[in-house]
Amino acid sequence: MSEVTNILIVGVGGQGTILTSKVLSRVAQRLGKDVKVSEIHGMAQRGGSVISQVRYGENVASPIIPQGEADIILAFEKLEALRALPSLKTNGQILINDQEINPMPVVTGAADYPIDTIEQIKKKCSKTVVVDALKEAIAAGNAKAVNVVLIGLLSKFLNIDKQIWLEVLQQTVPAKFLDVNIKAFEAGRNL
Amino acid sequence: PSTEITENAAKYDEMYAEWSPNEKVALEVGLGASIAGARTLVSMKHVGVNVAADPLFTLAYTGINGGLVLVSADDPGMHSSQNEQDNRYFGKAAKIPVLEPSNSQEAKDFTKLAYELSEKYDTPVMLRPTTRVAHSQSLVELEERQNVGVKDYTKDTLKYVMIPAYARLRHVAVEARLEELKKYAEVSPINRIEWNDKKIGIITSGITYQYVKETVKDASVLKLGMTFPLPAKLIREFSQGVDILYVIEELEPFIEDFVKSLGIDIVGKELFPNIGEILPETINEKLLGKYLNPAPVLNTPVRPPVLCPGCPHRGLFYVLNKLKVTVTGDIGCYTLGSLAPLNSIDTTICMGASIGTAIGMEKARGKDFARNLVAIIGDSTFIHSGITGLIDVVYNKATTTTIILDNRITGMTGHQQNPTTGYTIKGEPTKEVNLELLVKAIGIDRITVIDPFDVDNLERIIKEELAAEEPSVIITRRKCALIEKGINTTTCIIDENNALAACAV
Repeated sequence: MSEVTNILIVGVGGQGTILTSKVLSRVAQRLGKDVKVSEIHGMAQRGGSVISQVRYGENVASPIIPQGEADIILAFEKLEALRALPSLKTNGQILINDQEINPMPVVTGAADYPIDTIEQIKKKCSKTVVVDALKEAIAAGNAKAVNVVLIGLLSKFLNIDKQIWLEVLQQTVPAKFLDVNIKAFEAGRNL
Repeated sequence: PSTEITENAAKYDEMYAEWSPNEKVALEVGLGASIAGARTLVSMKHVGVNVAADPLFTLAYTGINGGLVLVSADDPGMHSSQNEQDNRYFGKAAKIPVLEPSNSQEAKDFTKLAYELSEKYDTPVMLRPTTRVAHSQSLVELEERQNVGVKDYTKDTLKYVMIPAYARLRHVAVEARLEELKKYAEVSPINRIEWNDKKIGIITSGITYQYVKETVKDASVLKLGMTFPLPAKLIREFSQGVDILYVIEELEPFIEDFVKSLGIDIVGKELFPNIGEILPETINEKLLGKYLNPAPVLNTPVRPPVLCPGCPHRGLFYVLNKLKVTVTGDIGCYTLGSLAPLNSIDTTICMGASIGTAIGMEKARGKDFARNLVAIIGDSTFIHSGITGLIDVVYNKATTTTIILDNRITGMTGHQQNPTTGYTIKGEPTKEVNLELLVKAIGIDRITVIDPFDVDNLERIIKEELAAEEPSVIITRRKCALIEKGINTTTCIIDENNALAACAV
């Protein structure tokens, strides 16, 4: 059980986190691993915080990552990265898409969006990587491919054959968007 | 947490699947299919079983013909629900077996077993996943598909006509069945002891079994796949084999009370709360005394869900908020109108409650109060259980204004068809309920249909209908922004000087 890899994917409803956990879990399945995915997405289309948890290894019991044991956090949004930070294990890796989406309390003026989000995270986590996935997605041909850029980025930090990622992508995304998505994946992997 | 079951069932051409208007109708359709000989699955969330309870308790008396499984998807922690009731009590009260899967494989295997038990013991069977099981995915090994076909139907009034004389006989059969089920619980393969270190013994069921395996790896475990009826002998045997006995179960002390009734010492709810979920860290802390460093307090504004950009409900809530009326609310996306910045809802209880609540408020506080009171309810919730409330408005001479938020789909749960949309679950065209004619037939004379983005006229109409001392219905009709997107987009120009004052959407 000690050999379980824990990936926490966080973002805002509508950002495409669910495709990411789908691809990752299928990749792990291809490796012959036991895989569990937990997604609470009742509000996924309504701009709330969304969390996906993917765990894989020889034998995985709980679908939920025990507190403070995430090996990698993949954050689609900065504030969500900060919120998820306590889940990261000591010396864990956090990958952040440098995007800022104001939650309603900020929109209405009841709260402020922290100005130093990235600095706060870097202070607590030495392995912080910040990327502009939106820019890469647009360059790849579709702004909606942000999630696939981030899958490409994530793939750099997991010791899994690139070919497996590409095969799973091919099976997961609609054929007419495959080219854009492969470009986006490569862009993320080269960041 | 149950929607996906029905949605996925609809993908199989060889199965009949439908969205019923509400859970009571669903179970009645299900029991009809069962009596007619077909294996049937009826799926709903925990609060849905409240609605279906009436047929359920008598179905427990009649028993079944084709196997019948009732899925009750419970929601500890209330991820998307208005309460966290523990539906194992429904199983006990109706005297039907309750099975609790702990992962995707068991969800499938237990469903198959549930049909076997249903047909062997002539009983409906409750399958009770919780949200963490329903919304997690794990690997599943499939088996060869078995085609069991539809059994013969023969008229059997003693079994299926529950007049008192026959029901008395059936109650005897129910008690005899329960005794047989208790014997089965002792030998069922889904109730099993996993002997390990005998210092600690843990009785558990459902998702908490997985958390126990994650955290207390060396303990002995009694895993109960079937939690009603419970196996007294097996529990006694397990308790005698361990030094300290714990029960870890989410929500109520359902197993615990039974174990204590056997005179066995067990530690349960004094450690593991009956409020909210039990998580792996709950077990680490309460059982093992392993406290992680308290998570640092980070300055992170919350991100509550909000009505989508372009959501037609926004127009209505803008007006309601402006008019400062009392609003009895209901269950749907529009429940989000209770939160900032819309802040427009006074009550939310259960599906369909808005209209009855408004009647009660008017009766308690008088007609003047009703001049500043509206009930709001979505199209599918109105069909579910709002119609009877509206009949009560007319019948008992209330003067309530009811607003039906008709966005042409069931929005909250992810765009399911319903009787007002004109399509079945399989996307086939069907006759749609005409809300205006329905409301008129009930006896409402004042009916208005309006686009909720026409905020000026909406405000005028709401004011007029509130002022009228007779019942009225306003239907705010505009397609959900998520189905409309890309089809009929309009370009908006924001005049920043006037935006704050004038922008309603």
